[in-house]
Amino acid sequence: MIKIIINGTECMVEEGITVLQACRNMGIEIPTLCYDERLRAHAACRLCIVEVEGKSNLMTSCSLEVYEGLNVQTHSEKVMRARKDLLDLLFSNHPNDCLTCDKSGDCKLQDYCYEYGVARGTYEGEKRSLKIDMTNPFYYYDPSKCILCGKCVRACQELQGTSAIELNGRGFETHVGTPFELGINKSTCVSCGNCVSVCPVGALMPKRSKYIPKTRIWDQREVRTTCSYCGVGCQINLVVKDNNIIGVKPLNVTPNNGLLCVKGKFGYKFINSPDRLKTPLIRKNGKLEEASWEQAYAYIVERTNEIKEKYGSDAIGGFASARCTNEDNYLFQKLFRAVIGTNNIDHCARL
Amino acid sequence: MITMKDLEIIKKNTLPKIALRHNDTKEDESVFKKQVLICRGTGCTSSKSDKIEKKFRNILDEKGMTEDVDVVRTGCFGLCEAGPVVVVYPEGTFYSHIDLEDVETIVDSDLTNNEVVKDLLYKGAIEDDVIKAIDEVQFYAKQERIALKNCGMIDPECIEEYIAYDGYVALYKALTEMTPDEVTAEMKESGLRGRGGGGFPAGLKWEFTANATGDIKYVLCNADEGDPGAFMDRSILEGDPHSVIEAMELAGYAIGSEQGYVYIRAEYPIAVQRLQIAIDQAKERGLLGKNIFGTGFNFDLEIRLGAGAFVCGEETALIASIEGERGMPRNKPPFPANKGLWQKPTLINNVETYANVPQIIRKGAKWFKTYGTEGSPGTKVFALGGKVNNTGLVEIPMGTTLREVVYDIGGGIPGGKKFKAVQTGGPSGGCITADDIDTPIDFENLSAMGSMMGSGGMIVMDEETCMVDIARFYLDFTVEESCGKCTPCREGTKRMLELLEKISEGKGTMADLKRLESLAETIKISSLCGLGQTAPNPVLSTMKYFREEYEAHVKDKKCPAGVCQELLEFHITDNCIGCTKCARNCPVNCIDGKVKEKHIINTEACIKCGNCQTVCPVGAVIKR
Repeated sequence: MIKIIINGTECMVEEGITVLQACRNMGIEIPTLCYDERLRAHAACRLCIVEVEGKSNLMTSCSLEVYEGLNVQTHSEKVMRARKDLLDLLFSNHPNDCLTCDKSGDCKLQDYCYEYGVARGTYEGEKRSLKIDMTNPFYYYDPSKCILCGKCVRACQELQGTSAIELNGRGFETHVGTPFELGINKSTCVSCGNCVSVCPVGALMPKRSKYIPKTRIWDQREVRTTCSYCGVGCQINLVVKDNNIIGVKPLNVTPNNGLLCVKGKFGYKFINSPDRLKTPLIRKNGKLEEASWEQAYAYIVERTNEIKEKYGSDAIGGFASARCTNEDNYLFQKLFRAVIGTNNIDHCARL
Repeated sequence: MITMKDLEIIKKNTLPKIALRHNDTKEDESVFKKQVLICRGTGCTSSKSDKIEKKFRNILDEKGMTEDVDVVRTGCFGLCEAGPVVVVYPEGTFYSHIDLEDVETIVDSDLTNNEVVKDLLYKGAIEDDVIKAIDEVQFYAKQERIALKNCGMIDPECIEEYIAYDGYVALYKALTEMTPDEVTAEMKESGLRGRGGGGFPAGLKWEFTANATGDIKYVLCNADEGDPGAFMDRSILEGDPHSVIEAMELAGYAIGSEQGYVYIRAEYPIAVQRLQIAIDQAKERGLLGKNIFGTGFNFDLEIRLGAGAFVCGEETALIASIEGERGMPRNKPPFPANKGLWQKPTLINNVETYANVPQIIRKGAKWFKTYGTEGSPGTKVFALGGKVNNTGLVEIPMGTTLREVVYDIGGGIPGGKKFKAVQTGGPSGGCITADDIDTPIDFENLSAMGSMMGSGGMIVMDEETCMVDIARFYLDFTVEESCGKCTPCREGTKRMLELLEKISEGKGTMADLKRLESLAETIKISSLCGLGQTAPNPVLSTMKYFREEYEAHVKDKKCPAGVCQELLEFHITDNCIGCTKCARNCPVNCIDGKVKEKHIINTEACIKCGNCQTVCPVGAVIKR
């Protein structure tokens, strides 16, 4: 433990942590746009700047490690003025369309502008205006709303390991893009949507459809559940409006740590599909008919016994699903090997 | 394995070939009667000095004179304004602006009959019919050459010539007589400060990297010279590449590294080529590679090409670029000395800094400190340009005054115009005004005057230079070259530029001036890297010293220097002869007048294209 001073208060903190972490541990809120505890410090948005005794320039708390005797001011006049100026600069290059933006109410830029009293972007001049990339079936990227925090790029590289997107262009022309600007659908993107999950503003957003109507965040509620697609057990919040699922947000807990795959993130539209199976079906006279679970189980037991008796165990095969847990699949193969008596057991493993 | 004896033999064998231009060797030891040195730096080569060299060789060959007259390709002489440059030794006759047609004349007259071709002499090389040798010419007389010592003196593609000028002796000395710590201590003692911009003591950097824990360490050379107008690093690599190689090996020995990389702009093809030749020659001679001088010291060197981003001259961006990442700076700390290339301890210096090192190790820190000032020992190379008679590279001892540089070396301002200011430090620097023209130039004084050493750009400005326009020019550059990573630099410099454009168009308000200053302050204190932190300097410095000029643009809607186009009006004076040429060439037909009568410009309709002024045969069109 080492001794540092934050806003005039002496405190003992763990060695090796950053000033930002130390402040958060103490309950001091510092604004950040590009910070994500899972990613390497980027220090690009500069909002987390603090005043460090003995340094003429402001330092980013997300990247500055604590050291013995460090003396920082997190909300001094100099810091507050610079943060306000930075937010003003960001908002001056951002469409002033919060009234119609889907992200409104869930947007960090909006929150911080509110907190720091930035009513509008006061720098008049050119705004970044590039084409919206609509080529991905699940989400879109609107460069005019992008604040270039780089979280999407880094999540794609450092967490997802795909590196489909990168910052393209330089200076004022910088934007998130794909190699040779061919569009997201021509890149190595796997549509995991983790970029969408980390975007602090409305630049990377899920596409709307008849299943995802226009809603405000305050009209939505979130229901925690476990993703049902596979045995990993990713923790998610279903975004619900009028008892319809309209989105999925990953939770930053074990085992998925804020990440999802394309199915978990975007594959929820089947829930309200009219084609969705809701009961077991039994084919009678060449036609599938709805049945109860009891009827279905009884039918399976009856037919399995019949076939085993007539043709032997190896006339039966089992096909397991990747949507089940390992435990389920273990029991399934046990059933086939030990009870039915066959090794004819396979697994789709491709879902 | 090469030995000291081998070096001595090479030197002994080479000296007769270079005796005519080697100060410590007598002319009668020379195997040649004459030696023609042709500048093959980028500047002269782009003015066809490659063809001139070829023609010299061909003619001498045809005339059977090659045994007596030797042609030597050299690096830059520094006085680029005089290029293509040809120098004939032993006299040191300094020919300038040589054309292909002049080659025969020089061969027939100077090389054959020993008669100097006076018409082709550099204008400063002849005074009252007395011919001066190149080192007596005013431009060179006050210079002191350490970093540029061999530039324009040796053939950069010939390792033997470098060795003949005591090359690789410092490396031998360090490897055989000094411990790594002693090398670092000598560097610290010399007080050499980084010549790339920041001026951080090089020895301290070496010490930090030497002390950093890590089994693998790297030595990097920053040859991504990017300041507009600065080309000293290019010239050193083009003229004396071995000095940088030797220095990097010394650094490798001092800090415990076996691998170096030179990061150089791909836009410097001649420098890249010569450096590669030099690396290959050094490897061939056993001066680079395994077990150098049989001491067990290994060092390898590779070139990495940059794609032309200015920001890649920033050390962490340079490192990212070598790693194959997008060239964007990383936040410091950690500093490269602890976590640099591939997160390993890394020493990074620029070309000019390295060029000083072999001589410091060979002659000692004490010798080095006899040049310059106490806080800034040694010399500094400046790229002198702008409104000055002699433009080019000048190397002066620290502590030389600006007046000496501008008037003694630079030959003053053309057309007898009044000196206004000097801009140093390029887009990161600021202005020094006439009030400070007698201040000795060193790191501290430049900072105190609100400017900085930078990599050594020095642009002279006269009364016809508009300071708002200069600030706009540099901001335009930084806006173009900002990498786009951090908010203040990406968004802020653009807004500063927009404010400056507004002011230079006469649309600015006093509130804009205030805004400009406060935004500049935010960018300065909150940007990620040196590029952003220093980007506002040209604005802040010109606003500090020339505020009245800014106010003239805002309040009076006038550009006192007559530069900002939007604020000027074209008028026709009484000198008009009524030739009608202006009226006929006006694209918007806003000039009226009868033949042989004075014409008048309708300033409201005028689009200020300047056509009328260009075509007027009597200079009757003026801007005011």
